[in-house]
Amino acid sequence: MPLLEVENLVVEFPTRRGTLTAVNDISLHIDEGEVLGVVGESGAGKSMTGAAIIGLLEPPGRVASGKIVLEGERIDNLPYEKMRRIRGKKIGAIFQDPLTSLNPLYSVGRQLVETIQTHTDMTPTQARERAIDLLREVGIPAPERRIDQYPHQFSGGMRQRVVIALALCVNPRLIIADEPTTALDVSIQAQIIALLKRLCREHGTAVMLVTHDMGVIAETADRVAVMYAGRIAEIGPVREVIKNAKHPYTHGLMGSIPSIGHDNERLEQIPGAMPRLTDIPQGCAFNPRCPHTFDKCRTVRPDLLPVEDSWTACWLYDGEDGRSIEASKKLVAETKADALLEKNDG
Amino acid sequence: MAEVVAKKREARAKIRDAGGHEVAMLKVQGLKRYFDVSAPWLNRVIERQPKQILRAVDGIDFEIGQGETFGLVGESGCGKSTVARLIVGLYGPTEGSIELEGRDIAGLSRQEMAPMRRRLQMIFQDPYASLNPRWRVRDIIAEPIRAFGLADGQAAIDARVGELLETVKLTARDGEKYPHEFSGGQRQRISIARALASEPEFLVCDEPTSALDVSVQAQILNLMKDLQREFGLTYLFISHNLAVVYHISDRVGVMYLGKLVEVAPAKTLFTTPRHPYTRLLLDTIPDLDMTGRERMPVAGEVPNPITPPPGCTFHPRCPFANERCRTEIPKARPLGDGAIVACHGIEEGRIPDGALLEPPAKPEGLA
Repeated sequence: MPLLEVENLVVEFPTRRGTLTAVNDISLHIDEGEVLGVVGESGAGKSMTGAAIIGLLEPPGRVASGKIVLEGERIDNLPYEKMRRIRGKKIGAIFQDPLTSLNPLYSVGRQLVETIQTHTDMTPTQARERAIDLLREVGIPAPERRIDQYPHQFSGGMRQRVVIALALCVNPRLIIADEPTTALDVSIQAQIIALLKRLCREHGTAVMLVTHDMGVIAETADRVAVMYAGRIAEIGPVREVIKNAKHPYTHGLMGSIPSIGHDNERLEQIPGAMPRLTDIPQGCAFNPRCPHTFDKCRTVRPDLLPVEDSWTACWLYDGEDGRSIEASKKLVAETKADALLEKNDG
Repeated sequence: MAEVVAKKREARAKIRDAGGHEVAMLKVQGLKRYFDVSAPWLNRVIERQPKQILRAVDGIDFEIGQGETFGLVGESGCGKSTVARLIVGLYGPTEGSIELEGRDIAGLSRQEMAPMRRRLQMIFQDPYASLNPRWRVRDIIAEPIRAFGLADGQAAIDARVGELLETVKLTARDGEKYPHEFSGGQRQRISIARALASEPEFLVCDEPTSALDVSVQAQILNLMKDLQREFGLTYLFISHNLAVVYHISDRVGVMYLGKLVEVAPAKTLFTTPRHPYTRLLLDTIPDLDMTGRERMPVAGEVPNPITPPPGCTFHPRCPFANERCRTEIPKARPLGDGAIVACHGIEEGRIPDGALLEPPAKPEGLA
């Protein structure tokens, strides 16, 4: 049984001008000790998925339908107090900006001790011991002294370490890490990634790593889900998705990342931008930007289909009209998304 | 439009010094900018604190040739944005000179600077903050045209604005809209159109794609490369993203704590990085090719620039540091293949070549 199962999750935002669907019918699972990367551009619904799982959707956002099951227990419809117990104990969270996830008025130690005592029956002295151990574990030098300092006395990288320590307080089964390294410098980012990887390995904690950075995913994740306009476009083992992308969007996304050692005058570019939630196109949401669009893409929404070792939501792979998987893959790999641009320009 | 560009290029080709050498588009020498970050006077007197000076840019030299793209990389707080602001004149330098085609623009008065500003424009990081939300796009783009008197009459201005919008792959009709009606990438296109409105030769781009998604970033980088070819522009491109800098730059400078530690042609810098800090930076790039290479997470963080370490400012994080590094400030020295490096170890030849920094035994307390 997987640790976490998300089934047909729909997250909606009722607004005055109608209901927006931020996450539209997605299903995924995370196994124990696994790192699942969730990648996508802004507005793809990746953070919303994470927030729905820990039950921290900002109102008026709500889970409209679907199920979230953690260790066999449904957690999407729990009352607030019950969910609060699970949050922190079973699911930890790490957010992008470490300054806003810490209380500036409490010392780091007090925040750690409070979290530990909320979820366990340790005495204050034991909790403090545990807090010092945690700080040492996440690589903060001189934790006995640092524990009584306030968040502003820590640098960005050290603050993010404190946040990780907070998330680890009671050995959660799952950590939702939403852009944990985005606000950090590159050299600090490498430190934090290495730390997360080590901690998962040692504690067997599963991580849902939400980020827009393919590089971070490639380094850290076991499996990756590529999201686009509230849906999963492709999900599978990280190597399969990065090196052998099936979905035209994944392929275009990989091509648009500049990388060192690859000398190309122009980057491959996907024309246009992700649609706004108010006007998601009919059929496949990617169809106006896709160089391979045909009639079915414009009318019928594709669901995830198993293709080789991963799952892809693209009609190129449904086997109709005699399209073989091989031929479709070749077509996607060889057509640059720019082709559409040139077609439109000409 | 094309004729104008050709004429401009011709005119520029003639700018040579007495010796017949081509004059660099931009030449920065001994540039320094200090900020006084002391507590208020009364506090200082009562608490007996000395003045605190932040050396944001502490003596840097570089040249950018005509039509070249010079990339400037470094981590936050290293002073790269201060350099950008110094060059466009948003800050005055504490010391040093900034020459634009042989003319020092560092100490110019507002009036003397005005005609220079036309030739020198800036693109900012955040396209949400750099466009006035209450102006229509056509007014935003027309402002430099009006300010520098580059077109006569409303009809001519409108035509020029339409032309500029089409240059950045928007449509002339978009001029009627307000900035909030555009996505991040489109707003950055508007910023570029505004920068191009005064027909500049030199663009300072401070993290122009950092706020954008990768697929949109690719569009903007491609657009910038196209524009450079079309108009013969020179770029100073500032970014913390090494892959982006590699992609767009001809030459790259690496900054650390207000100093340039290494300047080299982009290819040289990324294939044979010399300075230990450059190697450290290159080592932190996530590995998209998934070679499974174990990387050494680099120890330590950038020190406080108010009290930088003595000697080479990188020595507390450098695995090759010795006594000389702790006391003597290294000077930038050319290495022959176009690279300029400020490092005692490289100068003495005691740092082995190699693309990556070998993980040495880490001193206690740095982890």
